[in-house]
Amino acid sequence: MYEGAVQELIDELGRLPGIGPKSAQRIAFHILDADAEDMTRLAASIQLVKEKVKFCEICFNISEQDTCAICRDERREGSMICIVEESKDVLAIERTRAFGGRYHVLGGSINPLAGVGPEQLHIRELVTRLADDSITELILATDPNLEGEATAVYLVRALAPLGIKITRLASGLPVGGDLEYADEVTLARAFEGRRVAGRAAAPQVAPQLPAPEPRTEVPARGKPEAGESTSDHPVDAQTQQRFVVPEMDDHRSATR
Amino acid sequence: MSRSGFASKSYRTRGIVLRTHKLGEADRIITLLTPNGIVRAVAKGVRRTTSRLGATLEPFMEVEAQLVMGRNLDIVSQAQLRHAYGQLLVADYPSYTVANAMVEIAEKLLEADSDSTLRQYRLLHGALALLSKLAVEPGAVLDSYILRALSIAGWAPSFTSCVRCGKPGPHEALHVQLGGVVCADCRPSGSLSPHPVTIQYLQALLEGDWDAVALAGPRARKQAAEIVANYLQWHLERAVKSLRHVERS
Repeated sequence: MYEGAVQELIDELGRLPGIGPKSAQRIAFHILDADAEDMTRLAASIQLVKEKVKFCEICFNISEQDTCAICRDERREGSMICIVEESKDVLAIERTRAFGGRYHVLGGSINPLAGVGPEQLHIRELVTRLADDSITELILATDPNLEGEATAVYLVRALAPLGIKITRLASGLPVGGDLEYADEVTLARAFEGRRVAGRAAAPQVAPQLPAPEPRTEVPARGKPEAGESTSDHPVDAQTQQRFVVPEMDDHRSATR
Repeated sequence: MSRSGFASKSYRTRGIVLRTHKLGEADRIITLLTPNGIVRAVAKGVRRTTSRLGATLEPFMEVEAQLVMGRNLDIVSQAQLRHAYGQLLVADYPSYTVANAMVEIAEKLLEADSDSTLRQYRLLHGALALLSKLAVEPGAVLDSYILRALSIAGWAPSFTSCVRCGKPGPHEALHVQLGGVVCADCRPSGSLSPHPVTIQYLQALLEGDWDAVALAGPRARKQAAEIVANYLQWHLERAVKSLRHVERS
């Protein structure tokens, strides 16, 4: 144990993500050795971040003002809203420069095991935002993992009645890999989201421009027709058939 | 003993992924229910988009995994998908919430008792398979799973004969803490008097008689769900977080 202030610093540093007691000690001693001016600057910037940075009132992205720079920017397309889980995802999409619309940050994904349900996310605020008629498309850009997928399914179900076009980011094979090494789930998704690369020989002589990329709407799943259990994807139906699933009834004897 | 120290420390098992936690920058801790017990293992780099393991080690997937023993946690070196329940369950939101509750209950039950792991594994596997077929109402699968998982853990309820004196039923009163129906003579204070149909429905859930389950009305389902949740709470002594988020039709 060190004396008062040093130990307190070590304890505080140790609470940061990925920093154990040894690293905390090393950083604390680095701070002790370092230039007083540098360290004051570090302390000031931590303080400033906590004081100034808040969430945008419209999209819940981090911002220093009431609304964030993206929401304030008049040049951005107001008709498209990209729905993401965290502010970090906004940055990731902004880096691509492929999207010129606005965002909505949910603040996480539906994960009942962690106690996060739809009520804990900024979904109500999103619905309020959609009252604006100029919005024509919603792009679901939640993480392509199970929680993100569940959030997307929930949103499609909740927002479909509003009659706005809803699209989901494509997922499939990474560029530069071998097909044989792709995992089953990703490969199946790549089949689901395949797009037209060329059409049957057209009568025109002039070479045709490639067909516009089809934007498939996410089908409103979760409400299967009576007696129909598979979704409308042929791949899904196949995969389901392939599974030899054990019946729950097999274990009926276990309870007796 | 194998000559190579490395090979002797790796093993192969099948298992159902119960939950995942983020670890460090791109890793995840995977909680795997195997036929021999719960294993916690690190899957390196699965959060990167280039990872091949990422999609395989998602919750509710049944996998065949190769693990290397570590000091605290094992490390997943390879994994192959056996049944992709996760992908099927996530397409239906109520099923997804039910599956979350089931894996949480399985984890909590097996932390306390490891004798019945294989039977719990089979039950969970069967329940996830049934759920992913969307053939039965998800809420009913959950209630049936809870009753049967508790039975395997040694807390089998009785909905036919009196739990105190064993007098054959049908009886009208039900006592959650005692674990089932009680006859008019044994009936302690605090007993519930559910509708007779509810008691028949509970029995059908316990047996997995899906034809009988399908016939039950919404009131019996609601009443039964409350009884099952209380029964679970009484024995588990801890709150099941995801139960609150279960969506019932």
